[in-house]
Amino acid sequence: MIGTLSKPSGLVYSTVIVLLLIAPVVISLMEHSFYLDLLTRILILTIAVVSLNLIVGYGGMISLGHAAYLGIGAYSVGIPSYYEVFNGYIHLGLAIGGSALFALVTGIICLRTRGLYFILITLAFTQMLYYTFVSIEEYGADDGLVIYQRSEFGGLLDIENANTLYYAVLVVLLLSLYLMHRLIHARYGKVLFGSKHNDERMQSLGYNTYQYKLSCYVISGTLCGIAGFFLGNFTNYISPEMMDWTHSGELIFMMVIGGTGAVLGPVLGTATFLFLEEFLSSITVYWHLIFGLLLIALVMFGKGGLHGLLSRMDRRWEKSQ
Amino acid sequence: MDWHLLISQLLNGLQLGLLLFLLASGLSLIFGIMDFINLAHGSFYMVGAFVGATVVSLTGSLIIAVVVTMIAMLILGVLVDILIARKLYGQDHLDQVLVTFGLILVFDTLAHIIWGSAGATIPLPDVLNGQIEIATFVMPTYRLLIIVCGLLVALGSYFLVTRSRLGMLIRAGASNRNMVTALGVNIDRLYLIVFAIGAAMAGFAGLLIAPITEASIGMGNEIIIIAFVVVIVGGIGSVKGAFYGAILIGFIDTLGRSYLDDLLKLFLSNQSAETAAPALSAMLVYILMVVVLVFKPEGLFPPSGFNKK
Repeated sequence: MIGTLSKPSGLVYSTVIVLLLIAPVVISLMEHSFYLDLLTRILILTIAVVSLNLIVGYGGMISLGHAAYLGIGAYSVGIPSYYEVFNGYIHLGLAIGGSALFALVTGIICLRTRGLYFILITLAFTQMLYYTFVSIEEYGADDGLVIYQRSEFGGLLDIENANTLYYAVLVVLLLSLYLMHRLIHARYGKVLFGSKHNDERMQSLGYNTYQYKLSCYVISGTLCGIAGFFLGNFTNYISPEMMDWTHSGELIFMMVIGGTGAVLGPVLGTATFLFLEEFLSSITVYWHLIFGLLLIALVMFGKGGLHGLLSRMDRRWEKSQ
Repeated sequence: MDWHLLISQLLNGLQLGLLLFLLASGLSLIFGIMDFINLAHGSFYMVGAFVGATVVSLTGSLIIAVVVTMIAMLILGVLVDILIARKLYGQDHLDQVLVTFGLILVFDTLAHIIWGSAGATIPLPDVLNGQIEIATFVMPTYRLLIIVCGLLVALGSYFLVTRSRLGMLIRAGASNRNMVTALGVNIDRLYLIVFAIGAAMAGFAGLLIAPITEASIGMGNEIIIIAFVVVIVGGIGSVKGAFYGAILIGFIDTLGRSYLDDLLKLFLSNQSAETAAPALSAMLVYILMVVVLVFKPEGLFPPSGFNKK
């Protein structure tokens, strides 16, 4: 344990986690509540990226439609609230049930395809959902819905309080990271990983890879739906625009910055993306240009993202020991 | 039944279809021959519209604008191929998605820097601004021009693909890339030509539509998704497929938007028909794509000798 912690990657990750744990305290001392908002956003989107990382990094299923689940989760808060149902358990239940069902139904169809076709069919389903919400006048169509009150969890949890919301999201994130860790180190993860690299081989070894992939797809979608539930509560506003395909692209971008297929990669990737976005957009309106160039450079020259960089530092550190 | 409305909707569908064809044919070849998923193809559409608008505002001539835009788009296509795309042909699809997504950000921001955030219009000369009357039917001249131009380009690309040596190589490349390389064809040059022509056709489509919708930042990001639908429905790597697919999607989209509510009223109550129709009509093309992918993944008109990869 001490050994892993003193490696460069161990140092970085443990620092990040400690910082995340104490951040609200520090921020409230400094009285910069804006940063708590930014951090909460980072944590919520990290959950989404963790879920994406599961299917892309381990299952080899590149989804260009993951923003759909953010939308489902957020509308699970927005639509009941519109009817003045503020019960958080109902919201969360809808988010989980809705996104699991959407993932199951679309997954069954999507998994009949592979490669480029898979990318485009996931995109197609998200577009369908997008246009569905665009055309429902009752729920604001293009303009979306304002959520006047966050989900209520009885007396148990008051997420109107920014700190409570932050810690609730953090707990869910840590749990999901732990879940990923367990999943990929179990036989389940090995089979998935094997089928990512050579599906035929895994099948001829007697594994029903379809079931593994489909369950993986559903787990991922459900987790992302939970992220959407938090996102809806956090922004107090939902619109179909959340499901725009460019947002699915951004999720992939965040994942790749962190390092595809690394359990903790999404934490670094999402944080870097959103901090950079915040910083660059404060100095120039043309920050997308820098982002675009960065993305191109990252893919062409920086294999493995930040996690890859840390692993290389680890190896150098091990040699020097 | 209002026949005038039906005819004008059919012509609108044809117009949308032909524009989609200009985008999708290049996209489909790039897909089929280079195994490259180019999300940034819509950016060529946008750049074409902006370049065209600039040239028209400088010279006042639509014809000069067409020529300059075509040359500019060919150069841009060559640059993007050499600097970026070439390194990713046949590589990991995730990398391609990411890099071309990055390119969209770059192009959109560059357009913002060069042309500002307001967008640019192309004023039409009086000759094109009028309407043409055929019997009792009235149609804007410019829309007719779009249809004629689209059909001419489609015809031209048909002859290019079926009658020329380049076309033969393109068809061969779409059916079996490895074999073409093995036969000693300079594959890099073929890729370059296909990419540049694809960029030019997309740019031409942007220029054609700009007088109606005006050139705006991000205008390519929505239509490119529909163009992907066309590519899938028509069959990857097939220009013929892109043509039929584009016309089909153009009709389905346009007619769906105008007639679906009437159609649904036959089965549903008036109110639920009016609620369901807009959603369903926007989804129709995606539903078609999913159906094609599930039942005929190679597309409706795959290139001949297409081997499932």
